[in-house]
Amino acid sequence: MNFETVIGLEVHVELKTKTKIFCSCKNEFGGDQNENICPVCIGLPGTLPVLNEKVIEYAIKAGLALNCDIQLISRMDRKNYYYPDLPKAYQISQYELPICLGGHVDIVVNGQIKRVGITRIHIEEDAGKLVHDPYSDGTIVDYNRGGVPLIEIVTEPDLRTAEEVRVFMETLRAMLLYVEVSDCKMQEGSMRCDINLSLREQGTEKLGTRSEMKNVNSFRAAVRAVEYEQYRQKDMLENGETVIQETRRWDDEIGKSYAMRSKEEAHDYRYFPDPDLVPIVLEQKTVDDIKANMPELPNAKKKRYVDELALPEYDADIITSSKTLAAFFDACLKTYNKPKTVSNWIMGDILRMLKEQEIDTEDFAMDASEFALLLTMVDENKINQAAAKKVLEEMYKNGGKAVDIVQAKGLSQISDESFILDIIKKIIEENPQPVADYKNGNKKAVAFFVGQVMKQSKGKANPKVVNELLNKELDS
Amino acid sequence: MLDIRNLTVKKAKELLDKKEIEPKDLVDASYARIGAVDDKIEAFNTVLSIEEINTQLNKISDGALYGIPYSLKDNICTKDILTTCSSKILYNYKPPFDATVEIKLKNAGGIMMGKTNMDEFAMGSSNENSAFKNTKNPWDLSRVPGGSSGGPAASVASGEVLFALGSDTGGSIREPAALCGIVGLKPTYGLVSRYGLIAFGSSLDQIGPLTKTVEDSAIVLGEITGHDQRDSTSATAEKIDYTKCLSGDIKGKKIAMPRQFFAKDLNAEIKESIMAAIRKLESMGAIVEEVDVSFVDYVVSTYYIISSAEAASNLARFDGVRYGLRANDTNGLVDMYIKTRSEGFGKEVKRRIMLGNYVLSSGYYDAYYLKALKARTVIKNEFEQIFKNYDVIVSPTYISTAFEFGAKSASPMEMYLSDIYTVPVNIAGLPAISIPCGLDKQGLPIGMQLIGKPFGETDILNIAHAYEIESGNGNVMPFVEGVDR
Repeated sequence: MNFETVIGLEVHVELKTKTKIFCSCKNEFGGDQNENICPVCIGLPGTLPVLNEKVIEYAIKAGLALNCDIQLISRMDRKNYYYPDLPKAYQISQYELPICLGGHVDIVVNGQIKRVGITRIHIEEDAGKLVHDPYSDGTIVDYNRGGVPLIEIVTEPDLRTAEEVRVFMETLRAMLLYVEVSDCKMQEGSMRCDINLSLREQGTEKLGTRSEMKNVNSFRAAVRAVEYEQYRQKDMLENGETVIQETRRWDDEIGKSYAMRSKEEAHDYRYFPDPDLVPIVLEQKTVDDIKANMPELPNAKKKRYVDELALPEYDADIITSSKTLAAFFDACLKTYNKPKTVSNWIMGDILRMLKEQEIDTEDFAMDASEFALLLTMVDENKINQAAAKKVLEEMYKNGGKAVDIVQAKGLSQISDESFILDIIKKIIEENPQPVADYKNGNKKAVAFFVGQVMKQSKGKANPKVVNELLNKELDS
Repeated sequence: MLDIRNLTVKKAKELLDKKEIEPKDLVDASYARIGAVDDKIEAFNTVLSIEEINTQLNKISDGALYGIPYSLKDNICTKDILTTCSSKILYNYKPPFDATVEIKLKNAGGIMMGKTNMDEFAMGSSNENSAFKNTKNPWDLSRVPGGSSGGPAASVASGEVLFALGSDTGGSIREPAALCGIVGLKPTYGLVSRYGLIAFGSSLDQIGPLTKTVEDSAIVLGEITGHDQRDSTSATAEKIDYTKCLSGDIKGKKIAMPRQFFAKDLNAEIKESIMAAIRKLESMGAIVEEVDVSFVDYVVSTYYIISSAEAASNLARFDGVRYGLRANDTNGLVDMYIKTRSEGFGKEVKRRIMLGNYVLSSGYYDAYYLKALKARTVIKNEFEQIFKNYDVIVSPTYISTAFEFGAKSASPMEMYLSDIYTVPVNIAGLPAISIPCGLDKQGLPIGMQLIGKPFGETDILNIAHAYEIESGNGNVMPFVEGVDR
């Protein structure tokens, strides 16, 4: 029997507002345990929440980026459950009336555009963290994260494969980074996803019984978790077993998921409107103003790169998939107006360098104006391509000005014909066999001589001059 | 020493203005009175030490309540001072901050003498639900002071302090005020900040003053109102000097008298007393007319569903993890939760938590909680209709005068149903005042309630004040048995 996998995601994203959602504590990752807390965010009796207006603005931005309908009236509700990291024993969230409804994200998988529906986006507060305390061998609660603003993005069950999940997550992250509402660092927990997955017989409509997988903390984990769960459910169905509706926990180290609780054990959250907060009532103008001030989104940017800058679709797609790369690209063009050259460098050396060093493209940082100067130096024959690559690596590693690095490393290009000719003559003299090969029609032997000249000149000889002179000498 | 048994805030201010007394004289008199009567009345959970009171005197502010001693209900947060809600679960809890009202009273120059007893988490009408002690009614020590602000009411009625702040979720200021023969005001929802009030029913709770006279009520109210950025439900209304509205002139004021509030269940003596008060209001030029209200059959249910749902959620945070009681000898997290909450909460609180979780649980939400919200809208609309034609509504405050300890504690339903006159006011978020309108044959005070339109404190205070002056029922304080008689 052939099965189709049906996947819907619930993605939690921490918003990078300066302060927490209901108090004026700093919203910051890290810090000493319980450093950024106050009576409000640890829910001391008598305290009351006051909604941070920035949170509403950020949620609207995210909603607009994901093509949602922004709701002019929404409301905060209480989700009641007991856990030590939840100091009020209820999480303030949105249940019946979320701030965003009905959007979509277009993703590109294997060159095909696929539209993934967004059911809703709602605002809520994050909980604290339980930390094992080695001194007492007990558990302590760190409430720094308690009250950090979150949005939860719920997708339609539109995803079908692990690859689609990965691409969706990456696309979503890029969009949220573009609109600057979150830093979306999965490893720090500022972007987390729960995966709802079920199987159904190929060609049927009715959804199968789903499991919900929690604790998925990286794109890679998402892919592995989907693959594992697909396999687990398929195995069960093929053996005539019934998949039960349950919440599972993904253990990325072991590469397996474990049942946490079944549907029967599921919490009854007893949601009801939070009487401490007034409904969120927006003016259409507020939404329009935010819309008018939205930064350019990846799709629009990609279209512009292709239509106006004549980049190949492929290049435009890769560069715009990362806010950082696109911003770097745009910044380079301010002082160096050759889009294709910049794109070639990004697509080639920069991405290779990042891949080699296992650095996320979003963490790439370099002074774009210095990089533009470097490219100008290449154009002006002050240095050659090979030297420019060395400068690029140095600039990425230690920063600094392109000119200074060229100087310090002695990478200036040599175009002095007599200097180069001397080297060529010496090499021809010392290597009679390759010369003979060349004369016998093996034109490829030129490469050997070029390599030797570059080696002798410590890579500084102007390759164009080397080629010209070599051809002249060998043919003479 | 200064006799403060019949001293009002207003009178004390005059004496201070004339330099006949100093704040210290008031505080000494209050302290001495607490020492003399509180082992009989048991109004206080915590009386501040002389050092703590002197600290306040040393940095006293020169405001409208300069030197005036008061007490706070024990659910209003006070920095580094026990705030227990009269519950075992908070027996040792000292908040790290002051409630907004406490900051305001301090800024006005008031001197806080201590924290007063209440029904646990403000759930009750007799103060018998306190985990610590039974506060006595100063008029008759064998009777309850009412609740849940029984401690604050008794501390004022017995002359221990010049005023108190209580909280009112379904009558918890007005009912004890009625039973103790003093004035209790529940302001419009949102007029007084709830920041620092340990929540019971968040959409119903309001802090308000308990005083000996209506004028004192107006003075204190003026000091505790104002928008508070820390409370999202706090009104942005302009600050008013409520003493300025006490004109004494109520000619042409239109007063509605809901027929259903005077039905046969009402104690005959109370009915007679309220009717006499109404005739007095008429003689002073007010126009009193009968109106009908349709909600009497379901208003109490509506109240208990909404308030219990909110309470169940509000009280969930008392879990032994961060502060307050944590049970000993527990085995794991869930066991710790269960034992802590089983030991920490009293019977009535547990009953409301169970009720509240029940009405919110899946499968019952629509039938109970959602329906109650709809009923709430209907009740609000009905009040709105009445206020299109009337300035205030008059009713009894409570169905009886002070009853004996144990008289109703066996039947929670009977206790709940007795709240019929006070709960509609909280459901609709309206202001209401309870003022004394005479004594029954046993010499126990009877309370009359005046309900105003939203932010209509000026109307109810003016009418209440005019009546108080005309009737001579203001500032009639009891003689505490064994001390004054």
